[in-house]
Amino acid sequence: MFLAWRELVFARARFGLMGGVVALIAILVVLLSGLSSGLVNDGVSGLQRLPVNAFAFAEGTQTDSAFSRSTVNVSQATAWKGRDDVGDAAPFGITLVNAKATTEAGAQVPIDLALFGVEPGSFLAPAVSDGAGLGDLDGIVVSQTVLDEGLAIGDTVAIDRLGTQLKIVGTTGDQRTFGHVDVAYLPLRSWQQVHAGAGPGDEARAGAYEEVTAIALRARDGDQIDLTGGDAAAGTASMTLDESFGASPGYTAEISTLTLIQVFLYAISALVVGTFFTVWTIQRKHELAVVRAMGASTGYLMRDTMIQATVILAVSTAGGFLIGVGGGAMLATTPMPFALEAGPLVFAALLLVGLGLAGAAAAVGRIVRVDPLAALGGQR
Amino acid sequence: MTTGSTSRRQDLHPAGAQERGGLLMEGVTLSLGDGDATVTALDDVDLAVAAGEFAAIVGPSGSGKSSLLAVAGALTTPDAGRVLVDGVDITRASSREKARHRRERIGFVFQSGNLIPALTALDQLRFALDIAGKRTGGGHDPRELLDRVGMGHRVGHRPHQLSGGERQRVGIARALVTRPAVLLVDEPTAALDRARSDDIVTLLAHEAHGFAVATIMVTHDHEVLSHCDRVLSMVDGRLSE
Repeated sequence: MFLAWRELVFARARFGLMGGVVALIAILVVLLSGLSSGLVNDGVSGLQRLPVNAFAFAEGTQTDSAFSRSTVNVSQATAWKGRDDVGDAAPFGITLVNAKATTEAGAQVPIDLALFGVEPGSFLAPAVSDGAGLGDLDGIVVSQTVLDEGLAIGDTVAIDRLGTQLKIVGTTGDQRTFGHVDVAYLPLRSWQQVHAGAGPGDEARAGAYEEVTAIALRARDGDQIDLTGGDAAAGTASMTLDESFGASPGYTAEISTLTLIQVFLYAISALVVGTFFTVWTIQRKHELAVVRAMGASTGYLMRDTMIQATVILAVSTAGGFLIGVGGGAMLATTPMPFALEAGPLVFAALLLVGLGLAGAAAAVGRIVRVDPLAALGGQR
Repeated sequence: MTTGSTSRRQDLHPAGAQERGGLLMEGVTLSLGDGDATVTALDDVDLAVAAGEFAAIVGPSGSGKSSLLAVAGALTTPDAGRVLVDGVDITRASSREKARHRRERIGFVFQSGNLIPALTALDQLRFALDIAGKRTGGGHDPRELLDRVGMGHRVGHRPHQLSGGERQRVGIARALVTRPAVLLVDEPTAALDRARSDDIVTLLAHEAHGFAVATIMVTHDHEVLSHCDRVLSMVDGRLSE
């Protein structure tokens, strides 16, 4: 530590430049982490907030688009309900629709909605923070983001082409979106009618009221659902809740892209730090030879360099994260899908520092090869 | 084999200085290179330098002077013979043990001082104590030592703010601060003018006697040999009086 700290102060411009690069990477990591969290929220927060452990889809459904392709029979819920490890099972429907909302002032607002059809009174029925819960066939409970767009409880929503009129009766008070579209819960029977393409006063085709997208499953307390056994009994193909996120529109592609960018940033960070300490070690080769001739052990010198790397990485990552969080807080107020969440940010910071230290450790391995004999003579 | 003015050395011992073992090399041989390119750098060298003795080794380039310093300083293992520093046989020590011997028993004064650019004069000495694990005791007081070598007024200056002679004075103090038994000095006047060369070698002689350190100086500079207790000559790896 004796030499490490004094060298940091003495060569502050060099270390500062390197720290600046790490800080810039840290800012990018924060922004990408926020964007990832925002996209996750925008893509699947509606699913995340369901009190569900798994979904049972139709057997043979393509897994990456199961929510839009699967159709199961309501009666299949009964087969799941009877299983010992299943606490509850309920039919669940998802449909994306275009609609127009009419405000109290009479203004027409175009809006896209992800209609979640659930049985009122079932474990899937949403808790409301304001207004009333699900009950009336034309009543919908909407995500808070719908109200943030200027609509209010009491406004009506007309589904395009069908003309079905739905009334906002309550809100969940939080963000619930699916595939970047705001969620609106409605009674299962109304959902089945919309799903079947039946407008007001039309008779839905035969069997429409038997169809849903999937069966939502909740495990008995402390149990884990035997999905394979349940599928065999009910004739379904199930996925855990986390697996089902990949079945929402565009989710996997978006998250994969951002993850790849983040991986590249982490790799660049390790490379930058590693390169810096490689050059730093080469530049100090004669000085290190002198210090080794004075009797310093390899461990002493490596420890000193790793302390320098730790200080630089910790300070510049902290600085970069503070700037990133400040900028991110502003982005979070815009329509951009952006969310700052402590867990992913702490993980990203630790990973950035950890990989930087790995890069530095790889570089300071050169210290082992510095021959103290080089301190003798006039070479410098 | 040792010679020198013992009575003068004893007169110059500071209060509390204790006699320590010096340097003993017996039948030391060292070859460098491989195959046809093998060169005998040290050829059956015997050398004994007592505590407080200041010996100079002169010789042309490539005669083996630096190799002798390398073997005496536990930087290289000889092919044959044995080396004792302060009574401890360091000949076959492992790398780790050699490093320990260097920090505990040996001090180096390099050409041009070879100071650490980031450290002030005072910190150069503190750093040497830190390496030796003697920051809390066991070494000399760095400020007092800098005062003693005439650098008390420059303790806060870094190497680039010091002249060549001042750098060497700090280098000497740095080598002595851990209380080594043997001081190995490599061409200390190579980059200095005549007056400063005399100053530095006078200082080395004074401290070698004063601190009772067995001191070997390798030099090309015959003008400074009058300050030495003994002068040895090295030619083709062979050492002679």
